[in-house]
Amino acid sequence: MNKPAEVVIVGAGIVGAACALELSTEGLRVLVVDEGFPSAGSTGAAMGHIVVMDDSEAQFAITRYSQILWDDMREQFPPSVEFDPCGTLWVAADEDEMREVRRKFDYYRERGVNAEILDSQQVRDAEPHLRAPLAGGLRVPGDSVVYPPCAVDFLLHKARALGARVIQGQPVAAIGKGVARFADGTVFAAGFIVNAAGWSAPKLSPGINIKPRKGHLVITDRYPNFLHHQVVELGYLKSAHSLTADSVAFNVQPRKTGQILIGSSRQSGAENSAVDESILSRMLRRAFEYMPDLTVLSAIRAWTGFRPATPDNLPLIGPSPQDRSVLVAAGHEGLGITTSLATAKLICAQILGQRTAIPIQPYLPSRQMAAEAHV
Amino acid sequence: MSESVSVRVNGKLVTVPAGATVAVAVLASGAACRASVTGQPRSPLCGMGSCFECRVAINGEPQRRSCQVLCEANMEIEANG
Amino acid sequence: MDSVTNLRFDVAVVGAGPAGMAAALATADSGHTVGLIDDNPAAGGQIWRAAYNSARPAASSIWFDRLNKSAVQVVRGARVFHAAEGELAAESDDSVIQISYGKLILTTGARELFLPFPGWTLPNVMGAGGLQALVKSGLDISGKRVVIAGTGPLLLAVAACASKCGAKVVGICEQTTGAQMARFGLRMMLVPGKAAEAVRFACDLRGIPHWTDCWPIAAFGNRRVETVRISRQGQTSEIECDYLACGFHLIPNVELPRMCGCRLRENFVPVDEYQQTSVPGIYCAGEPTGIGGLELALVEGEIAGYAAANWEDRAKHLFARRARHQKVVRILRDAFPLRPELKNLARPDTLVCRCEDVPHQRLCEHGSWRAAKLHARCGMGPCQGRVCAPAAEFLFGWRIDSVRPPLFPVRCSSLAAIPSHSAPRN
Repeated sequence: MNKPAEVVIVGAGIVGAACALELSTEGLRVLVVDEGFPSAGSTGAAMGHIVVMDDSEAQFAITRYSQILWDDMREQFPPSVEFDPCGTLWVAADEDEMREVRRKFDYYRERGVNAEILDSQQVRDAEPHLRAPLAGGLRVPGDSVVYPPCAVDFLLHKARALGARVIQGQPVAAIGKGVARFADGTVFAAGFIVNAAGWSAPKLSPGINIKPRKGHLVITDRYPNFLHHQVVELGYLKSAHSLTADSVAFNVQPRKTGQILIGSSRQSGAENSAVDESILSRMLRRAFEYMPDLTVLSAIRAWTGFRPATPDNLPLIGPSPQDRSVLVAAGHEGLGITTSLATAKLICAQILGQRTAIPIQPYLPSRQMAAEAHV
Repeated sequence: MSESVSVRVNGKLVTVPAGATVAVAVLASGAACRASVTGQPRSPLCGMGSCFECRVAINGEPQRRSCQVLCEANMEIEANG
Repeated sequence: MDSVTNLRFDVAVVGAGPAGMAAALATADSGHTVGLIDDNPAAGGQIWRAAYNSARPAASSIWFDRLNKSAVQVVRGARVFHAAEGELAAESDDSVIQISYGKLILTTGARELFLPFPGWTLPNVMGAGGLQALVKSGLDISGKRVVIAGTGPLLLAVAACASKCGAKVVGICEQTTGAQMARFGLRMMLVPGKAAEAVRFACDLRGIPHWTDCWPIAAFGNRRVETVRISRQGQTSEIECDYLACGFHLIPNVELPRMCGCRLRENFVPVDEYQQTSVPGIYCAGEPTGIGGLELALVEGEIAGYAAANWEDRAKHLFARRARHQKVVRILRDAFPLRPELKNLARPDTLVCRCEDVPHQRLCEHGSWRAAKLHARCGMGPCQGRVCAPAAEFLFGWRIDSVRPPLFPVRCSSLAAIPSHSAPRN
């Protein structure tokens, strides 16, 4: 056996990298291991939107906590991380959605999140390329955008400086009972093992329910000043909820390069990573409905990624029901980038036996067992 | 049919043989086609539509590959290198 | 939104260079409907790009005349960006063109391999084929000083072209050794027709210095190239010039064959004796099957055209001619391997990805193309890696493994117009 690390983290995506830094900062000896290179999984395909969401109290709590942590770190980021505090603009197409805007506004304001209701004209002023007329929107200035692969690089770089080790190109065959066994037979002993393997997490922790949910993105050539906020339709949440049907929702993001990232789509049960022309077309057409000027922009690339999704749309952050030395940190669906830093804090607190900054119950993996038991 | 065609590159009149591409007109004007993301001047490299270094705005439309567009009379070309 | 044009051909040919023209004409003889699709304003590809300052060489005129008189429908200015079973999607300046086909012939040609060296991004440093293409597109280089560097017979062709246009070709820098150059000359003499071609070259290139064991080390200048530093048989010297044209081999355009599901080997498309790829009904001819030059492209194209029209007998008649010209492929490949010194030209700050300005040292930090792309952004620009990926493969040995739509940047509306009943090919 090799010299024991105190914690082995499986997966060098955004969640694994965040955990590596947090645990190293607390003085723990950390080994991160990835079957490929850092960000090779969902993180490399992700949009990088840091957003406070109100789908449930538990979702709000973790996204808000994490967003604050991202903000606290912003001064440290090198330019490659492309941290951009551009804010989110939720757009309402009709009066029904404006009611939702007002509900959201109240919800955020009650919880100390800065937000601003915009009327039809103001929303056009905020984003001139939006079609008229829209009913209005909600601006959330505290949201931001990062470039995930370079954010991972930054987190791992800092973790390494604190003594963490990172091994690439090494698939992990099994974890449990204080041991991580790699596919090549190497065995590492560790006090704790963090399963941050995204949608592959169930392979290492059988019994947890995480399924890949395929998404598409398109990126354009550079058009500086075309877009100023991450702009999302209010119907986005409906799309995020739909567990089985294919769905699309308007979601565009300005990158610091001036390129526009166009999303989003969700498909369950799609096994392969090839671009699905049919849903790509639907996704683009949905975007054109809100922003017709997108039609003439030059699209350079399209790609897919898999969001690790759980049935209740909340991540799994806590001990595996079968083995308390294994902590699961996976299943973040479309909020992995946002909630990575908070996930790291919650994992670290659980390892050190400390109080968590927000209630941990809603994210415990054991809830999935309980849910099954009740069926 | 005339033997030559005149276009404007950054406002300057440039005359080229009929059937010449916009890339040729830009080169003839002495301008570079575009500025790279770190501000370097760039001009055509491959001449055949693969390298994208020859991108200019033609009649207000940006990001056009000038080596694959034929000059037409009175075209307005913006070459920002 | 764009208008959509629907076209249907019994046989669709993508790429209207010599191989494509030959294929289209061979098929057209049979009475099948044929579409010849190309993204340039005119047919001819690179080698037969219309020239402005001299008459078309007789050899190509014959083919253009035949094309004009034939029933082939030439679809110009159409860039194919997506392929699915039986269908292609192409974009033109103002519309999307959906092409459905019974059989497909891919004659997408090749592009140049660009090797990074300090100063290679300066204006007027271009590909050797690039300079030739621009000259044929109307660029006036009379009186200009041109240095031509790289490897292979393309340099001689470009030098001859430049010289005929009144340029002063200061020198041809050939990186291969003197011995290999001599051996190449001798072997080519034995190929029918090549001896005459060699004599023609010798005349065209009279008085132009030709140096072997010679390659560019760096280019200098303020906003455009003014001087090139070369290494010549171990010695360094500097030459003033107005244009530096570099040609280091050709890279086959195999993106569309890959998207069509054709199996690739060593970055080329393997085909059977009828030029059929691993996908039934899809043929490939010319450079994507192996870099072999004009004569080979013509005969391969013709074979593919006959085969697509189910005229195997006519195709068979051409096998011997193809075999003779395939000798050229081997002679070329053996004579001009790229020497290892060329891998060391790039400095840490020399750009490798020109779209995103990514320097060599940033690529060194990674172990694969995909990792370098995600973390350093190389290959994420509009050229989609067409320039930098082959350079990265030469420098680091990284293989590029996948292709996704769009094959070229297209308007978002065009991307949305791909028919929804298209099943993706894997």
